[in-house]
Amino acid sequence: MDVSLFDVAGPIMVGPSSSHTAGACKIGQMARALFNGTPKEVEFYLYGSFATVYQGHATDRALLAGVMKLKTSDAHLADAFEIAEQKKIRYKFIPVKKEVPDYHPNTVKIILKSKKNRLSVIGSSIGGGEVRINYINDIPVDFELMAGRFFSLIIGHSSEEASLEPLFEKLKEWDCPITDSQTICNVKDAPKSCITALNIEDFYLKLPQVQALEKLPGIEFVRALTKLVPK
Amino acid sequence: MYQFKNCQELLDLCKKEKLPISQIAIKREMQIFGKSRPWVRNKMKKVRDTMEEAIELGVKSTKKSKYGLVGGDARKVYKTINRSSNMLHSKVAIRAMAYAIATNEQNARMGKIVAFPTAGGSGVVPGVLFSTHEHMKSSKRKMLNALFTASALGIAILKHGGTFSAAKAGCQAEVGIGVAMAAAGVTEMRGGTPEQCLNASALGLKNMLGLACDPLGGLVEVPCVKRNAIGATIAMAASDMSMMGVESVIPMDEVVEAMMNISAGMSETIRETALGGLAITKTGLKLREKMGLPPVPKKYLDWKNRKPGNASNKCGGCNGCG
Repeated sequence: MDVSLFDVAGPIMVGPSSSHTAGACKIGQMARALFNGTPKEVEFYLYGSFATVYQGHATDRALLAGVMKLKTSDAHLADAFEIAEQKKIRYKFIPVKKEVPDYHPNTVKIILKSKKNRLSVIGSSIGGGEVRINYINDIPVDFELMAGRFFSLIIGHSSEEASLEPLFEKLKEWDCPITDSQTICNVKDAPKSCITALNIEDFYLKLPQVQALEKLPGIEFVRALTKLVPK
Repeated sequence: MYQFKNCQELLDLCKKEKLPISQIAIKREMQIFGKSRPWVRNKMKKVRDTMEEAIELGVKSTKKSKYGLVGGDARKVYKTINRSSNMLHSKVAIRAMAYAIATNEQNARMGKIVAFPTAGGSGVVPGVLFSTHEHMKSSKRKMLNALFTASALGIAILKHGGTFSAAKAGCQAEVGIGVAMAAAGVTEMRGGTPEQCLNASALGLKNMLGLACDPLGGLVEVPCVKRNAIGATIAMAASDMSMMGVESVIPMDEVVEAMMNISAGMSETIRETALGGLAITKTGLKLREKMGLPPVPKKYLDWKNRKPGNASNKCGGCNGCG
């Protein structure tokens, strides 16, 4: 995708660091977007410079705020701990001293748990508010997302070709502008399952619309976090 | 097509279309992303309003950042504006410094700001543009256009292979690019030609080349906040010189190339790791300990064991260890 004016003039965000705060918040949002339901317990394993300077950059608050669906520009990001207490979400931050050469210097592993579900996401903040999701449940993926600019839709579907076509048709029907799309399939499983991430700008899907997408044949789940982009 | 790959192509487009940089930037955004002019302008208005809010809050606040390293300086500078007769800088420049510090202090205390180009270098552009805008009593449209010009320069830098990441290229890529963008924007606001705008950014960035990113404890506080303030005055000086007809011998694109080839030779200790430069000075280390951060690994502190005349030492050989 080409560089936009608003990649330079943006994102609008809560300080102090675009990679350690805004990017961290976005990784948290992504983890929550992929999780089915409300997490009761969240663990954050911090790697590289996330492990050493996370308190000074409020990386901890930002990650937790993201998991609670706060925007990168929400001033309440600073009160994430208090909000989590109110919502009765337990959280833990574990700085990992060991270096993992494969990981970018700013990397976090988030484990979300509820009574029924468990999900792990590994993501890196690669500078200027851009993030990359590297693993979902230990399956290697490669999603790049921009903090504060896009709203993302995560779709789990079967690997059959054309399984996404009805979904794209529906989105087209609603005039939903798709800026970017990436699909990754897990080659180990049989039948193969795939995950697609769509970046959507200036359009908000309503809950019934997301549910309608989920009912389409060949689609396992659709996860969306609406209203995450500053208006 | 309103596409450009570097500053020279941007300049050629301006000449061909007989338009200022800001208008080329708007047309490019409309064309490539299929947006309407009002959409693009409204989105930039949000950027402008966020900047303004941060400045307004920042010049009043005395709140310190979490570790207490910064906070309250914007207010100090801002208060002197009306009795600036015994200051060396003009009122516009002093106000630009106050606004730049205000923005970065807000950032350090977790306020809302625009990362322009990044959070660490977010003070220069609003500082220079808002202060000059107030001084010239120029229209709101001109202010907005200056932001478009600044962003267009940022695009040209990225497209030419430049970066905004201090982890990759040091402070020259954050505050340095902020200075270049502010110089271009303010020059257009003052009625400079596209050539003068790009010339101003070349003059500005040349003076930021080689700047290390060496923040205390890795926090975006010391020296980042004050570097933005003094960066703002450099941008203004560059714009002034360009308007007076002083030309940069090295064109802007080549200055960006210079920035990147300098970054290739930069040690990792001065690329946002807090393992070199100011971060490991006596005061820097003392403050780091006070903050409760893990100590800097010994191998980065070999200057402490320096023996006179040992050429293999990485140390520069000052009298600091005495």
